Amino acid sequence: MKPKTADKVATGIIVFFALFIVAILLGMLGYIMVRGLSHIDWHFLTSPPQTIKEGGGIGPQLFNSLYLLVLTMIITIPLGLGAGIYMAEYAKPNRLTDTIRLVVEVLSSFPSIVVGLFGLLVIVNVFGLGFSLMSGAMVLTIFNMPLMVRVTEQAFRSVSREQKEAGLAMGLSKWKIITSILFPVALPIIVTGTILAAGRVFGEAAALLFTAGMTTPRIHFDDWNPLHAASPLNPFRPAETLAVHIWKVNSEGIAPDALEIAAGASAVLVIMVLIFNLLARWLGRALYRKFTSIK
Amino acid sequence: MSAKPDQPYLLRKHKTEEWIGRGYTTICVMFLIVIIISIVYFVASKGITTFTKDGVSVSEFLFGTRWSPDDNHFGAFPFIYGSFLTSLLAAAIASPLSICAALFMTEIVPTWGKKLLQPVIELLAGIPSVVYGFIGLSILVPVLRDTFPGQGIGVAAGAIVLSIMILPTITSIATDALSSLPRNLKEASYGLGSTRWQTIKGVVLPTVMPSILTGVVLGMARAFGEALAVQMVIGNAPHVPSSLFESASTLTSVITLNMSNTVMGTAQNNALWSMALILLLMTFVFIFVVRLLERRHRL
Repeated sequence: MKPKTADKVATGIIVFFALFIVAILLGMLGYIMVRGLSHIDWHFLTSPPQTIKEGGGIGPQLFNSLYLLVLTMIITIPLGLGAGIYMAEYAKPNRLTDTIRLVVEVLSSFPSIVVGLFGLLVIVNVFGLGFSLMSGAMVLTIFNMPLMVRVTEQAFRSVSREQKEAGLAMGLSKWKIITSILFPVALPIIVTGTILAAGRVFGEAAALLFTAGMTTPRIHFDDWNPLHAASPLNPFRPAETLAVHIWKVNSEGIAPDALEIAAGASAVLVIMVLIFNLLARWLGRALYRKFTSIK
Repeated sequence: MSAKPDQPYLLRKHKTEEWIGRGYTTICVMFLIVIIISIVYFVASKGITTFTKDGVSVSEFLFGTRWSPDDNHFGAFPFIYGSFLTSLLAAAIASPLSICAALFMTEIVPTWGKKLLQPVIELLAGIPSVVYGFIGLSILVPVLRDTFPGQGIGVAAGAIVLSIMILPTITSIATDALSSLPRNLKEASYGLGSTRWQTIKGVVLPTVMPSILTGVVLGMARAFGEALAVQMVIGNAPHVPSSLFESASTLTSVITLNMSNTVMGTAQNNALWSMALILLLMTFVFIFVVRLLERRHRL
C-alpha cells in the first residue's frame, strides 16, 4: 500500500473508533433515559418498594443514598483535607513521604469489594456497629480518602510561590498561611474534586452490600429525631442505597415490573451523576471568579 | 506547649498555631497508614485460615477445579481463571479503542477532538457500575444470545461490559502521555517527509508505549476488582468455561453472591476470605508492575 493510502485508511479507522465511543455513550444514555424517564414520576420517587406487587417506588433508597452521602462527606472532608495539606505543605522529600504516597496509591487501587469486606470484618463485627449507615459511611470514607488527598495536594501545590512567600515575609506562622492565604486560593479546585468524589460515592454499591446492608427497615418520614429507631435520620439503622437497590432488583427482584424499576432507578442515578458533574464545573468556576476577581 | 512564658505573646501564639496545624495534619496522615495496615492485616489473617485451620492445601485452592463446599472441595481455580480471562479480554478490547480515542484527541483533530471526547470519557467514568451491569443485562446479553450459541450471559458479556468501564482509565492516561510528547520529535519525522500515520506508527506510539502500558495495567487492575457489573452478566456457574459464551464466575462475583449466605467461621466462608486475599495481593502485583513501567519510562 502506498504511504498516502495507508495514512488515509489509518486516519479513517481512528476517527471511526473515536466516534464509536461517542456512539456507545449516547446509546447507553439514550437507552436509560428512554426506558427510565417514562417510569419516573412523583409516586415512584417517594413511595417504598414492593416485593411482589407492581408499583413499587424508590423513596427510602433515594433518601438513604443522599443521607449516606452527607454522612460520608462529614467524615471524609476534614480527614482528606488534613492529609492532603500534610502532603502538600509539611511532607519533606524523604523515604517516609514516598511511603505515604505509595499508601495512597495502593488504597485507591484496592477493589471496592475488598474495602467492603474489611468493613464487614472490622466496623460491622468488631466495632459492633452492625449493618448501618454509619458503617457504610466509614467504608466509603476509606474508599474516598485517596481521591480527596490527591485533589487537596494538587490544589495546594497549584498556588503560586509568591503568595506563600508574601505570607512568610509578614511573619505569619505556616498554619496561618495555609488557612488564610493558600486555602482560599485552593478552594475552587478542592470543591470541584470533592463534588466529583461525591458522585462516586453516590454510585458505589459493592462496598455497601456488606456494610450498609441490603434492606431498609420501615422508616417513618414524620419522625425526624435521629435517636428513634424508625427515624430516617438514625445513623445506626440498616440502609439500602439506590445503587444497591438496582443490583438487588436485577439479580433477585421478583416484582412483575422489576425491569421498569431498575430502568427508572438507573435513570435517577445517572441524572444525579450528571448533576454532580455539572455542579462541580459550575461551582469551581464561580468560586474561582469570586476569589481571584478575574472577570 | 514548649513556649516559655517570657517569650513575646505573638511568638507564643505563632508556635501554638503551628503546633495545632502540624499535629492535626499528621494525625490525618497517620489515619491513612493505620487503615492500610489494618486492611492488609485483617484480610490476610482471615484469608489464611482456609489453609491453617480448614486444612485446604494452597495448591488445591489455587489449581483445584472442583468447587463444591458441601463435600469439602475448595478448588478456586475456575474463579481465578475467570477473573484473569475477563480482565485480559477487557483490556484487549479496550486498549485499541482507547489508543484511537487518545490519538483522535491529540494528533488527528487537536482543535476540537478534545472538546468532543473529553466530556464523553468523563461521563463514561462517572456512570456507576450497577448501571453498566443493568445495561449489559438488558441490551448486550439479548444481542449475544441471538447472535452466538448459548444464553448470552458469560465471559464474553462480562469482558465487553468491563472493557467499556476501563476505557476512560486507559484513554486519559494515553492522552496525557501523548500531549506531553515533545513537538520536535514529531516535527523531525514530518520533516523527513513522513505521512501522519507513519509518524504515529514510527515515532509517536513507540515513544509513549510505556505510558500506554501503564494505563492498560491500571485498567486491568480495575477490571480485576470490579464486582457487581460482572456478576450481573457473567452467569455465575462455578466451573471453568469451555467457550466465551458459556456461564462462568470471577473471584469478585463469587464473593458478592456467597458472602451473605454463609456463616462466618465456616470453611466455605473462610475460602471466600482467601479469595479476597488473592484480590488484595493482585492489587499489589498490579501496582508493582505499574511502578516498574514508570521506572523504565524515566530512563
